[in-house]
Amino acid sequence: MTATIQTLEPAERPPTTMSSRLDGELLEVSMGPQHPSTHGVFRMNVALEGEIVRKLKPVFGYLHRNHEKIGENATYLSSMPYTDRLDYFCSMTNNWAYALSVEKLAGIEVPERAEYLRVILAELTRLQNHASLLGFLLSDMGAWGTPLMYAFRERENILDLFESLSGSRMMCDYMRFGGCRVDADDAWLGRAKKIVDLFPKFLDEFEELILQNEIVIARTQNVGKLSPELAINAGITGPMLRACGVNYDVRKVDGYGIYPRFKFRIPLGDHGDTYDRLMMRALEMHESVEILKQALAQIQPGPVVNPKVKLRAFRPPVGEAYGRIEGPKGELGFYLISDGGPNPYRYRVRPPSFINLTVLEDLCLGHTVADVMVILGSVDIVMGEVDR
Amino acid sequence: MESLEQIKNRAELAARGAKIDIVVNPGPAQQSSLLIDNEHAAAVAQFLRNHPALTFDYCSNATGVDWLDRVIKKTTKVKTVVDGVEKEVDQTIEEKIPGYLEAVYHLYSMKHKHGPLIIRMRTANRTDGARLPSLTPIWRSAELQEREIFDLYGIHFEGHPDLRRILMWDEFVDHPMRKDYREPDDYEWEPTPHDDVLEKAKQHYTPRPQLDGAENVTAQPQ
Repeated sequence: MTATIQTLEPAERPPTTMSSRLDGELLEVSMGPQHPSTHGVFRMNVALEGEIVRKLKPVFGYLHRNHEKIGENATYLSSMPYTDRLDYFCSMTNNWAYALSVEKLAGIEVPERAEYLRVILAELTRLQNHASLLGFLLSDMGAWGTPLMYAFRERENILDLFESLSGSRMMCDYMRFGGCRVDADDAWLGRAKKIVDLFPKFLDEFEELILQNEIVIARTQNVGKLSPELAINAGITGPMLRACGVNYDVRKVDGYGIYPRFKFRIPLGDHGDTYDRLMMRALEMHESVEILKQALAQIQPGPVVNPKVKLRAFRPPVGEAYGRIEGPKGELGFYLISDGGPNPYRYRVRPPSFINLTVLEDLCLGHTVADVMVILGSVDIVMGEVDR
Repeated sequence: MESLEQIKNRAELAARGAKIDIVVNPGPAQQSSLLIDNEHAAAVAQFLRNHPALTFDYCSNATGVDWLDRVIKKTTKVKTVVDGVEKEVDQTIEEKIPGYLEAVYHLYSMKHKHGPLIIRMRTANRTDGARLPSLTPIWRSAELQEREIFDLYGIHFEGHPDLRRILMWDEFVDHPMRKDYREPDDYEWEPTPHDDVLEKAKQHYTPRPQLDGAENVTAQPQ
């Protein structure tokens, strides 16, 4: 960490109620990039007045490898495993968003069983992402280790499922244009059913242990409030948007895949503070369990990939398409332009956690340094996706 | 949602003098877009966001596209007189389309839950005219994304509150997402503070004594 002292003119000095302030002096602190609570290599240039944040500028790019340029120089299919590396917690949903966009671009139909498998895997991804987010967030708050281990115990069960289906725990590379790569057998579906049935027990236990905890409430309630107007204008999506009370879920709005067949509710928050964002994840996990139970009961045997799609010499017609899904972190979109060749002319990823960071400064102003960590944790970022 | 034609007509009425074209998407996605002239872009965007029936309050995606100089060959039949006989001859005309940079915005409405409406703006050329009006004052979600377009494509957004490089480092000169970008050979080289330190340290070395011929005597084998 480096620090320099900068003097503000009295006129531009924001009012403060702190008694132990450095009069008229802001301390510029560079937080990160290698701090454990910044969830990767993320840096914030913060101007502090005492312990209060007066300015905050995020600094990106430490993990930048120009994913989009690499995507433009690769064939459509060979970008699929590379999407796993965007948000490496949720490779299944990344795969789905990319496959969905290419299917829109080329007009490909997906068989029914593949749609069911996609829903099952996406909701399992949501479960493990939200569970580990709660663990990380509590870890940031000082509940060192234990809640994270509880969350990771459940996450490992789900990752074992992914591994036995796709061959890899985290870098699944499972979906293809027009379906999925391999079929799931009945034994796998039985295992998934068992894990889904046991999951609410973990959730209830976790909520009882943590979400009623006095320290958690004191650290999160009324911290980092976000107004719905700002959230909509700044393009905030996912649980962070719904914590402000805006009812917008791409699963309901677009009804992509076969989501209209399932009965589930959209949890909404009241205050848009960090506690609501935390609760939103817990409540969404309950709804994901409901979707999973329905999907696992309804799934029927059948083909898992559209036989008409030639993956090897894949050349979609000239045109462009923007496809989006509700990822665990927010709206994940892919924008593709095809010039008729084997590579996309333009390959763009709309990363939810990057755009959710737009309001980081607004959330943190007026709070203490310790709150910045909690707020950043509740935004739920993965630097592989932010920097691309 | 209303059709693109209707939105176009409404927007042209609301923002006086605005010239909007429909860019047809030939692919199966059928996501056609509106091409807005740069001068009236802010007014049109304001209209799209504020009109009660449209209310595109959410700008989901903002991105750049680089289009290089293109040559389109058009073949037409021309009647010419060859040796006193009138004949139809194929004539090929090469039309050169100068390159430009494009910014594409995907708009949705969170209120009415419709979309996407795709709007695009084009720069005059790929060099000194790579300037567009910023839509960040209207949709703040474009703030980081326009910074990214500026960084990777080199489009200057006029009116952006904080236009800096975002993913590449500040000293980087080129724009890597452009189609004609080439990596420099000495990509890894950059001046480090260490070079200055070495230069300074040289001043503190004690100079070596002049050779006086004695080393030749000791170095010779017996």
